[in-house]
Amino acid sequence: MKALAITGNISAALGCSLARPDLIAAYPITPQSSVVEHLALLIAEGKLDSRIVHVESEHSAMSVLSGASLAGGRTFTATSSQGLALMYEPYFRVSTLRLPVIMPIACREMTSPSSIWCGQQDAMSVREAGWIQVYVENNQEILDMVIQGYKLAEDPDILLPMNICYDGFYLSHLVERVELPEQSQVDSFLPPFKQYDAKLDPDDPMAVDPLTEGSILMQYRMSHLAAMKRALTRVEEIDREYAQVFGRSYGGLVEGYRMEDAEIALVTIGSMTGTAREAIDQARSNGVRAGLVKVRFMRPFPAEALRNILAGVKAWAVVDRSVSFGWNCGPLFVETEAAICGSDLARNSSYFSAIGGLGGTDITLDLLLGLLKKVTGNKRQNGKMETVWLDENFLGRVE
Amino acid sequence: MKEIRFHGRGGQGIVRAAHIIVHAVVENGGYAQFVPFFGVERKGSPVYGFLRISEEEIHLKTQVYRPELLVILDETLLDVPDTFAGFLKGGTVLVNTGRDPEELVLPGEPARVAVVNSTLIALEETKRDIPNTAMLGAFCRVTGWADWQIVKKLISESFGPENTAAAERAYSQVRIQHRGDINA
Repeated sequence: MKALAITGNISAALGCSLARPDLIAAYPITPQSSVVEHLALLIAEGKLDSRIVHVESEHSAMSVLSGASLAGGRTFTATSSQGLALMYEPYFRVSTLRLPVIMPIACREMTSPSSIWCGQQDAMSVREAGWIQVYVENNQEILDMVIQGYKLAEDPDILLPMNICYDGFYLSHLVERVELPEQSQVDSFLPPFKQYDAKLDPDDPMAVDPLTEGSILMQYRMSHLAAMKRALTRVEEIDREYAQVFGRSYGGLVEGYRMEDAEIALVTIGSMTGTAREAIDQARSNGVRAGLVKVRFMRPFPAEALRNILAGVKAWAVVDRSVSFGWNCGPLFVETEAAICGSDLARNSSYFSAIGGLGGTDITLDLLLGLLKKVTGNKRQNGKMETVWLDENFLGRVE
Repeated sequence: MKEIRFHGRGGQGIVRAAHIIVHAVVENGGYAQFVPFFGVERKGSPVYGFLRISEEEIHLKTQVYRPELLVILDETLLDVPDTFAGFLKGGTVLVNTGRDPEELVLPGEPARVAVVNSTLIALEETKRDIPNTAMLGAFCRVTGWADWQIVKKLISESFGPENTAAAERAYSQVRIQHRGDINA
């Protein structure tokens, strides 16, 4: 084990390299570019034995990977924002073809207005395209989840592509300590990929993806959803297997922090979770029984895990770094509310959606402390409260 | 945990210098983190960056709002009010300047003002107007927060002997004026 000081993007590239992919598709877009640039460098220096295709667009990147994955190759690319939007057509097809492609998303706002900065609107917008999605907190988790991602995605009972979603700039360009596993450890943890069912093989020709009638398509979708459901269990198992080999566990679908006797809680996703840990510690030191729920997986959605971990909490808020245009709140809030529908928690607690950190703005420690104060003030109320914006005037409104 | 804010201009090499500090601290068994300025990078435009150093894991993933050290690579930025925003009383200001510390009228009641002519040193040692490696030498001397031998080794590996010479010269030439109690 070696400790490095690297950005989130280099961490994603090194995780990919340790997984020994057969084929990488490379197309640059801010803030992801240095992921595929670094992989190109590793290949040029002879440190990684993979093929890299310098495609002419993200649409081609995903198309190249779908062919390579159908032929039995382990595949990788990375993207952000407008690049993800451009690849949407083959992106959807890769999941419904059940191809275990791994693609980090360095999360960035969607245009308009024009922005290159952080926001989870890109990844959240494609959460209904059939991919597994994990959202991570720090650079170590990026590397670990790329490796775990292949194990999960290529499992014959799962066979789904996966996004490792990490906040643009706040992780993609942040430099911090990352422990690099030994190649031999990763090799023993991660067996080679084998394509079982639909495959491109000249010696054993078959038609893949012909025009399909509705009754069969319906079976495709039922099978896809059943695989997503199995992933709920497999995520937890792989987290434990990973901890045994590498000594790091992330709690599986969700992680609770100081939740044991918590009366109030924040539900977070992505890099804001690290800052929220500090906010919870400060609130605890002031006698507030506060806890934190870090949601890691958006797909499959950990409904049961969330209901269980929030049970007994009196007041809570879900913090989103993107919006749901139909609901005047954040998408993680919408899904959390759906998950608790009909439960005691829905009847006996107060809760609301908080939206912040859009367009690269900072979700500061002060904002989260202010949010905790607002949640604490709701302890004696029940039901859904109004959506809160963590904008520059928020702290003035809390006082 | 130490919180530091860098101020400079595009092209002065803040990001690469800060990477070397993080690298040196991690190599020495500690924790450090650098969050770069998230702006449109143009040569000459004001840029900044945020550095944290700690003996324990750093969970925060935000910018620095209450720095105890300001590292200023371009002295024209001393007149920009935002440069001193949130600066802690009793902190330290390290400036790339040819002036004496006694000449500098600064807001924020710093306990220490350190000056070094990194631009001149860089021009003479490296023939280029990039003061970042000289500032690393001054940073190590003034703070002691990163191992000087490791930093020198990393500068040598990344930038070569001329830049190592610049860092060494700044290490020995930086002048520190005490104005009050540290971290009062």
